[in-house]
Amino acid sequence: MIKLKVNGQQKQYGGDPDQPLLWYLREELFLSGTKFGCGIGACGACTVHFNGIPVRSCSMPMSAVAGAEVRTIEGLDSAVAKQVQSSWKELDVVQCGYCQSGQIMSATALLERNGRPSEQEISDAMDGNICRCASYQRIRSAIKHSSKKLGE
Amino acid sequence: MEFQIKKAMGSGLNSEVTSRRQFIKACTAGGALIVGAGYISTATANQESTKPHPQALLFNSFVKITPDNRVVVVIKHLDKGQGVTTGLSTIVAEELDADWQQVSWEFAPADASKYNNLYWGPSQGTGGSTSIANSWEQLRNAGAAARAMFVLAAAKKWGVDKKDVSVSVGVVSAGVKQATFAELIEEAAKQAPPEKPALKSVSQFKLIGKKIARIDSAEKINGSAVFTQDIQLPNMLTALVIYPPKQGGKLKNFDDSDAKKVEGFGGVAQIPRGLAIVANSFWSARKARELVKVNWDLQHCENKSSKELFDDYKKTAESAGTPVKQKGDAEKALLKTGKGEVIVEAVFELPYLAHATMEPINCVALVGEDSCELWNGSQAQTIDQQDAAQVLGISHEKVTIHTLFAGGSFGRRASPGDYVVDAVHIAMQFKNRPVKMVWDREDDMLRGRFRPMAVHKAQAKVSNSGELLAWKHHVVAQAIMRGTVFEGMINGPVEGTLFEGIHDMPYSIADLKVDATEQSSKTDSLWWRSVGSSGNAFAVECFIDQLAHAVKKDPVEFRRQLLKGHKRWLGVLELAVEKAQWQKKLPKGRAKGFAIHKSMGSWVAQVAEVSFNEDNKLRVDRVVCAIDCGIAVNPDIVVAQMEGSIGFALGAVFGEQITLENGIIQQQNFDKYKPLRYSQMPEVEVHIIPSGEAPSGVGEPGVPPLTPAVANAVFALTGKPVYSLPIELS
Repeated sequence: MIKLKVNGQQKQYGGDPDQPLLWYLREELFLSGTKFGCGIGACGACTVHFNGIPVRSCSMPMSAVAGAEVRTIEGLDSAVAKQVQSSWKELDVVQCGYCQSGQIMSATALLERNGRPSEQEISDAMDGNICRCASYQRIRSAIKHSSKKLGE
Repeated sequence: MEFQIKKAMGSGLNSEVTSRRQFIKACTAGGALIVGAGYISTATANQESTKPHPQALLFNSFVKITPDNRVVVVIKHLDKGQGVTTGLSTIVAEELDADWQQVSWEFAPADASKYNNLYWGPSQGTGGSTSIANSWEQLRNAGAAARAMFVLAAAKKWGVDKKDVSVSVGVVSAGVKQATFAELIEEAAKQAPPEKPALKSVSQFKLIGKKIARIDSAEKINGSAVFTQDIQLPNMLTALVIYPPKQGGKLKNFDDSDAKKVEGFGGVAQIPRGLAIVANSFWSARKARELVKVNWDLQHCENKSSKELFDDYKKTAESAGTPVKQKGDAEKALLKTGKGEVIVEAVFELPYLAHATMEPINCVALVGEDSCELWNGSQAQTIDQQDAAQVLGISHEKVTIHTLFAGGSFGRRASPGDYVVDAVHIAMQFKNRPVKMVWDREDDMLRGRFRPMAVHKAQAKVSNSGELLAWKHHVVAQAIMRGTVFEGMINGPVEGTLFEGIHDMPYSIADLKVDATEQSSKTDSLWWRSVGSSGNAFAVECFIDQLAHAVKKDPVEFRRQLLKGHKRWLGVLELAVEKAQWQKKLPKGRAKGFAIHKSMGSWVAQVAEVSFNEDNKLRVDRVVCAIDCGIAVNPDIVVAQMEGSIGFALGAVFGEQITLENGIIQQQNFDKYKPLRYSQMPEVEVHIIPSGEAPSGVGEPGVPPLTPAVANAVFALTGKPVYSLPIELS
């Protein structure tokens, strides 16, 4: 039995240890805000927080999550996360929206550990998340807006 | 989030109730009516797409009012990111004089008798950047008609003249008397809708032309927005496919004996294009798929490499093609040059490009005895209905479609005889059980339908004074519609997508000859955001810069002269160059490039600024964009679409391409297929021409000018013309 916490709730998993975390979240916990994009960790649509660190859940087997605290878009509740979502809304970042859970998870993880990231640090944190609608300009603005608001 | 399926599924309001009178009867008799998609989301965002609106009264096909005073706008188009749920709702709310805060929306059912694209005849669908343009008058009339019914109802109820009743921000009033829409719905629904409701003048608009936040933002930020991939239904099966390693391959035989041992395995389904592995979860299907052994017949498939294909195309381009435009005698004019005249020649190459939507293609299908239900980010509902109906041998009215958000499309989900057919073929082998067909990224790329590769050969004669004396152009590319249900849309001997934006370029040219040749191919092609213009603008606009260079003219000044009298072309040209400070010299190591193109009814000019970074890699630092799209219903969404189009097209500059080796697609995931990433995004500045003209396209026209604007900047920076994409610098 694999024990883990998802969005603060204790869970037990007795299924195939090879199943990626993504599919456990989506199909067993019905947390479908975390998206499937590529299956090889190259697009970032499936990004979740694993002990506070952004990871690609499509490439993380359940065997690797024992004892971990996992947070998904549905479980975001920190002040940083709320600000990120609020900035995203204020600047109307979304287009199709499919990648945005992953974008928000990456941006939140960045700002939770570094409230005033440099351009380079933002690029390093966000380059793993593809937005095919290319909403990048607004993502950049929303991260800076969040950083500013959090610093006030 | 869990979805529950209801018995009422598929018996939505619009298919059952055909007249307003019948509707009211049904409403008063039955009380609550379930309308729209028959499933319930636990999400509760206010302007939420997936929440059904029970008890809504239908005022016409597009306007519903609920007893709790919400205005529900029925959206006949797919929202795949372009923001039409907001734009279309705004048009209705404007003419209804609703309070924007009370506006909700829902996707329309598939019903071409009410929800056809007015530019497409009797077919429902989204494409060609037509959503706002074709709906403009229709939705203004729908909103104004509902408004007039409320005015009549209030006049009757209060015993006043209708002239004394006004509507403002969702409140109907006459003197001291006031009512909400909800308070008047029963009376209002009894009024006859006016034949020709009065519409506002542009100066009366309160919502149109203003910055209004996207109506679908909240649910896309908290993870609750529902895409096809997110549909979970009781008893649902998941199907993964195995397609041949080359398009067009045929299944010879397979062995699934090992797959049967996988827990949750539900069976295999042979389908015309391959094999489906069905299980009770994605992961079980995935594991089972790995254990299935398959043999393919690939003898009729492509065996060539992209290089060999380009050689074929180039050879074709050398000889004459089918003339699609002849003005004067360009051939003769190009035989000799006079004093102060130069002939320039160029060959341009454009690769296949994939749509690579973030949501890999998928479709949920439930096949009953004499019915079919689809959950799909459907871009072409009528075609999807017909495709499903044909597979099942039922009439297309028996095919219900629950349109959902699409995680991108760029044309990919308007695809006849494709993924919907496969999903239905699978589901019909598991009758009365919903089956979600999921493509993984590799399936999505292998079964891609690509932006056609193309070769352009251009020759032109230009004078020192900047006159364009002759232009001869031969475009060789694959046709998109040939051999599909769209073949009837081809006018003339060659499909128009090959030469759009070439035969009708606005430049003053004394003698012009455009030839086109459809190159047959074993690899599927499809419209990719901006269709033919995506490559044709590159060839034309890069060539124009080469011509300007040959006679030592500033490329913008050169165009300005050739565009005399073309007011809307010059409008965007002047706006873009002014905002980009075209004349201002940049520091050493940086350069600007310009391009202009009209597509989907809108004019776009762009100025790109480029440089090389520390690793000597090309960077696009800034793009200034000007668009004339008539009335900008939502200017901020227009800006967002330009930003997105620029980023989308820039991927094709930096590295996106599909290539073949021995007929096999080389880029099957995002490790090798490279859309633009965050750090590559330039600073983008967008300016909109103020206009009182009817709205034209926005989703696509920002794409075509980008690649030539960047290529022309690279030419200015390096002195070397760019002939192909992606740009490879030696």
